[in-house]
Amino acid sequence: MPSTDSGAEHGNALPILNEIRHALARLLESGETSVIDLGALPMGPQDEAELLAALGEGEVEATINAGGPSSVRETAFHGVWLLTHRNEAGETLARFIEIAFVPELLMSQAEDVADSAAALAKKLGQAQNG
Amino acid sequence: MAHDAPTIAETLRRQGISRRGFLKFCATTASLMALPPSMVPAIAAALEKARRPSVIWLSFQECTGCTESLTRSHTPSIEGLILEQISLDYHHTLQAASGEAAEAAREAAMRENHGKYLLVVDGSIPLGNAGYSTIAGISNLDMLKETAAGAAAVIAVGSCAAYGGLPAALPNPTGAVPVSAIIKDKPVMNVPGCPPIPVVITGVLAHFLTFAALPELDDRGRPKVFYGESIHDRCYRRPFYDQGKFAETFDDEGARKGWCLFKLGCKGPVTYNACATTKWNQGVSFPIQSGHGCIGCSEPGFWDMGPLYKPLSMPIAPVQMMVGAAAAGGAIAGTAMAMRNRAAKKAAQAAHQKVTVDDLEKAK
Repeated sequence: MPSTDSGAEHGNALPILNEIRHALARLLESGETSVIDLGALPMGPQDEAELLAALGEGEVEATINAGGPSSVRETAFHGVWLLTHRNEAGETLARFIEIAFVPELLMSQAEDVADSAAALAKKLGQAQNG
Repeated sequence: MAHDAPTIAETLRRQGISRRGFLKFCATTASLMALPPSMVPAIAAALEKARRPSVIWLSFQECTGCTESLTRSHTPSIEGLILEQISLDYHHTLQAASGEAAEAAREAAMRENHGKYLLVVDGSIPLGNAGYSTIAGISNLDMLKETAAGAAAVIAVGSCAAYGGLPAALPNPTGAVPVSAIIKDKPVMNVPGCPPIPVVITGVLAHFLTFAALPELDDRGRPKVFYGESIHDRCYRRPFYDQGKFAETFDDEGARKGWCLFKLGCKGPVTYNACATTKWNQGVSFPIQSGHGCIGCSEPGFWDMGPLYKPLSMPIAPVQMMVGAAAAGGAIAGTAMAMRNRAAKKAAQAAHQKVTVDDLEKAK
């Protein structure tokens, strides 16, 4: 098989790393968060590996089970998170780099909290009546 | 029917999907629609109100490759799309009903959702002789006109519906024309490709579903979010083009190192599509990543615009001006390439041996 183009260096990871550097500065200065959609950028087979190797692995790793598993991982750079959304069949739907103190999806959402408060009250009511 | 249907957000909630799950859905939908992540709140707000649209899909002079492509979409999956997000009321390849029952389903959907349904067409329409392509005895032209009359918008999926495609290739025996040649009084969006990328098809459906409108189109009627930039400009091998590093054959050092395929006939510089970033097979790869140039399948005149392996004559102008020395190498390579092509053609003609049926008989 010709043309596997392994070992080629295209240099497409470098601009993304610089974008992340600017996003980190914005986060520190104003608290503004940023999201980069990795599916919207030109990436060769080595570029993605290069980018992920450059970002490394950090202290936090979490899985969100909502409409299929999503993994949320902090990279070696604090505040730089890698999010991978999968469907129920485990196929990757989208990948994002989020620059934030906490990724939005890790936080409980107000609507869900309200539902939970009502559900808990109902459960306690049933227990008391029963 | 469509008025009483639950909104997309309500449907997801009934399935036990949390707000967090909904936001994930919005984030992946934004990525699918090639919209920036900053659009997620707007998408969430729109989906709170969006209801399942009725979709009628007509297939005319086509090979079913576009439907094959659609069924390969993983985000959303075809099951998810049909069962949860759109109401696909007529698609004669995918629906269970056939014959009169199928046509009754189409007529019912047209009646109940008049002025609101989305019409998707794949395949071109023969004007030469109606008998070339009919469905249930109805000519393609009549069915298109009748169904488009009550549609909110028409989406021409695939190069055949968008530009005429293979059926319209010279000498165009059936007199094939694209949808836009017939429908003049409705918004028509072209989603070309042979076939279009699966998630580009579902992406434009998702856009209509989310915002109840077609996305912004370019001068050829294509959605700018997917067709706004050339394959070349978004190609991960572009840095090699700028450095003047080209594969000369499919098995040389340049090919092995993944250099630019321009000299091997890549049509990336004149082809506008999302292959370089969205990619195929769940984002695994696309032709150039597999070592073959782009063949320009999503451009008008595909099939008649020259040999697949003939290089475009010269590197495009802006690059030469922008990157000076590196591109100068490319320009010289372009001229040298044309000369080398002529020499290669002569050599090939000299070396070519015609094999006749008699020769084959003798070889037995």
